[in-house]
Amino acid sequence: MNWRRMLALARKESIQIRRDWRSLAVVLLMPVMLMTLMGYGIALDQTDVPLCVYDREGSQLSQDLLKSFVSNRYFSLKLDARDYRQLVTAVDGGVCTVGVVVPLYFSKLLNAGRPATVQAVIDATDNNTANLIIGYTQAVVARFSAAVQLDYQQRRGPALGAPSLGLQARTWFNEDLESRNFIVPGVVALVMAVIGTFLTSLTIAREWERGTMEQLVSTPVTAAEVIAGKLIPYFVIGMTDAATCAAISGWWFEVPFRGSVMTLFVSSAVFLIGVLLLGFLISALSRTQLAASQFALLTTFLPAFLLSGFAFPIDQMPIAVRAVTRIFPARYYVTILKAVFLKGTGIEPLFAPMLAMALFAAAVGVGAVRGFKKTLD
Amino acid sequence: MVSAPANDASVVVEELVKRFGTFTAVDRITFAAYKGEVFGFLGPNGSGKSTTIRILCGLLRPTSGRARVAGFDVASNPEAVRQHIGYMSQKFSLYNDLTVIENLRFYGGLYSVTGALLKERITWALRMAGLEGREDSMTRTLSGGWKQRLALGCALLHRPPIVFLDEPTSGVDPLSRRRFWELIQQMASEGVTVFVSTHYMDEAEYCNRLALLMRGRMIALGTPSELKLGAVKGDLMVLEADSLPRAIEAVKPLPQVRDVAVFGNGLHLVVPDARTAAVAVRDAMAAAGVGILRLEVIRPSLEDAFVALTGRAVDSEQEAGR
Repeated sequence: MNWRRMLALARKESIQIRRDWRSLAVVLLMPVMLMTLMGYGIALDQTDVPLCVYDREGSQLSQDLLKSFVSNRYFSLKLDARDYRQLVTAVDGGVCTVGVVVPLYFSKLLNAGRPATVQAVIDATDNNTANLIIGYTQAVVARFSAAVQLDYQQRRGPALGAPSLGLQARTWFNEDLESRNFIVPGVVALVMAVIGTFLTSLTIAREWERGTMEQLVSTPVTAAEVIAGKLIPYFVIGMTDAATCAAISGWWFEVPFRGSVMTLFVSSAVFLIGVLLLGFLISALSRTQLAASQFALLTTFLPAFLLSGFAFPIDQMPIAVRAVTRIFPARYYVTILKAVFLKGTGIEPLFAPMLAMALFAAAVGVGAVRGFKKTLD
Repeated sequence: MVSAPANDASVVVEELVKRFGTFTAVDRITFAAYKGEVFGFLGPNGSGKSTTIRILCGLLRPTSGRARVAGFDVASNPEAVRQHIGYMSQKFSLYNDLTVIENLRFYGGLYSVTGALLKERITWALRMAGLEGREDSMTRTLSGGWKQRLALGCALLHRPPIVFLDEPTSGVDPLSRRRFWELIQQMASEGVTVFVSTHYMDEAEYCNRLALLMRGRMIALGTPSELKLGAVKGDLMVLEADSLPRAIEAVKPLPQVRDVAVFGNGLHLVVPDARTAAVAVRDAMAAAGVGILRLEVIRPSLEDAFVALTGRAVDSEQEAGR
């Protein structure tokens, strides 16, 4: 490795990047665009679920229950039905996603210390949303039930044999159970993987297309020097993008940041070098920019989206697929980002995923140097 | 074959073959080139000129045969070859989005030319290319001749002993072409071995030696005058007449005329003996009623040689086919 030749390449590449300011602006604004798009687009929380109620009893207690549905941000009342048919029509017609029916004798049963059942009709066309709504509905009913029970016990004294075992769950790291806190670090990894690979995947193919590569390879420059030299300016751009992503996560999406900036910096650098080198590998193997960009998207976006544990939990994947996720560095970066942002984990417990990312970078780097041919055949 | 001390040979090529699939681009070429020589590859498009040059620069791997450049084998040690050569590809391949000086500095860096030497070489290149005062011009704004000379400057920054120029003057105005050839002659006089490919006959005259290529084969090798004398066996006569088609009809069947070819506004006749042929041609033209404007013996040009040699190569190929 001749550092003079490498620096000559780095300088030349930097000049070209600076001169092509439109592309530079796109590359610097891309994280802002992708972060907002995906940060808002992939919200797993449901708020203001359209609700329809049918109170068959019309007592104080039944009205209290229905109020407790409306008094939080998860539901929003769309219709107070006069009969059951009207409620069913509302759910069928998509006016409401959930219908809650309070039965007759609701307050009488409760006042007598006997269980009463509330019916919920849920539009489960989107099963994911339906599951969330079931959870919210159960939570509202459970809280109401607890209050009723407490009230009953205060009036009557502890009932003999009444179960008094309850679970006090405390959620750690994401106390508000905000799905955004969980998703945004994943989005950062996704954005960095896509941008990183995209940045470099075009550079070598572009030189083949323009014919400048023929002159370049006739000089004594080596493959490693070409790749290292071109890597330097793109690394600077990539780290700027990483900082943008982190800033948007913290200040715009208000994801708590509990770890150290240093850990974030080091892990981002290792991940970025890996994806930049992956771009070079793709670029070295395909001699047209079109093929390179398509291949880059295929090898980064899909694995980073599907196999990183960002959208789908890795623990619940089939064993074979779980093994495949280990190849892609996005998985490790997502793990590290979640730990750094939400748990405030230091650098030492993250040694294993860090090493995995470094190994990926090394393997892809060797592949890129080997794949870069200095001949025209 | 030219014999010279082995250590003087800059480039030695033996039985070189390059195939792309079933297509043979270079077919068993053998030659040697010496220090300070301007060695030309002459041939039509697709004759294997570029492919041969690219193999010699280590940019293409030979299918078989051997080639040594500056003492290094191009197949097994292309990196050492690249240290000792300058290459200018057929298509302009500097960076259009860099300025003149940025391109020069970049190639200076790649060839590890630094400090005072780099400064001196850049000054030299700018003067040679006539680009003094235009250091900060964007390369894309330069005209063809300037671009070519800048590319030559970049390829020569490290003072390579061997230079390969692939059709350096294609698409360049006549004045720039002449200037370019002066530069080539100057380099050769300083001891640089220069390889040039061209399809311009007038340029080929400037070469010390020429390899005539056709369909991947080297059909002749020699100095321009050797080729001219050797190719045309007999005398060459020019015939200008009132009507060319009728003149061709009249002289073609004559036993005293071996070959007839159209050249410009006349005919070139290859004849075993000029005196007997002149008589026969005058008789035949008179019998056909075609007026003679000019009939005389001329010195064969390189183009005549090329036509004769390619014609002979085609004939022998057809015979081999039969």
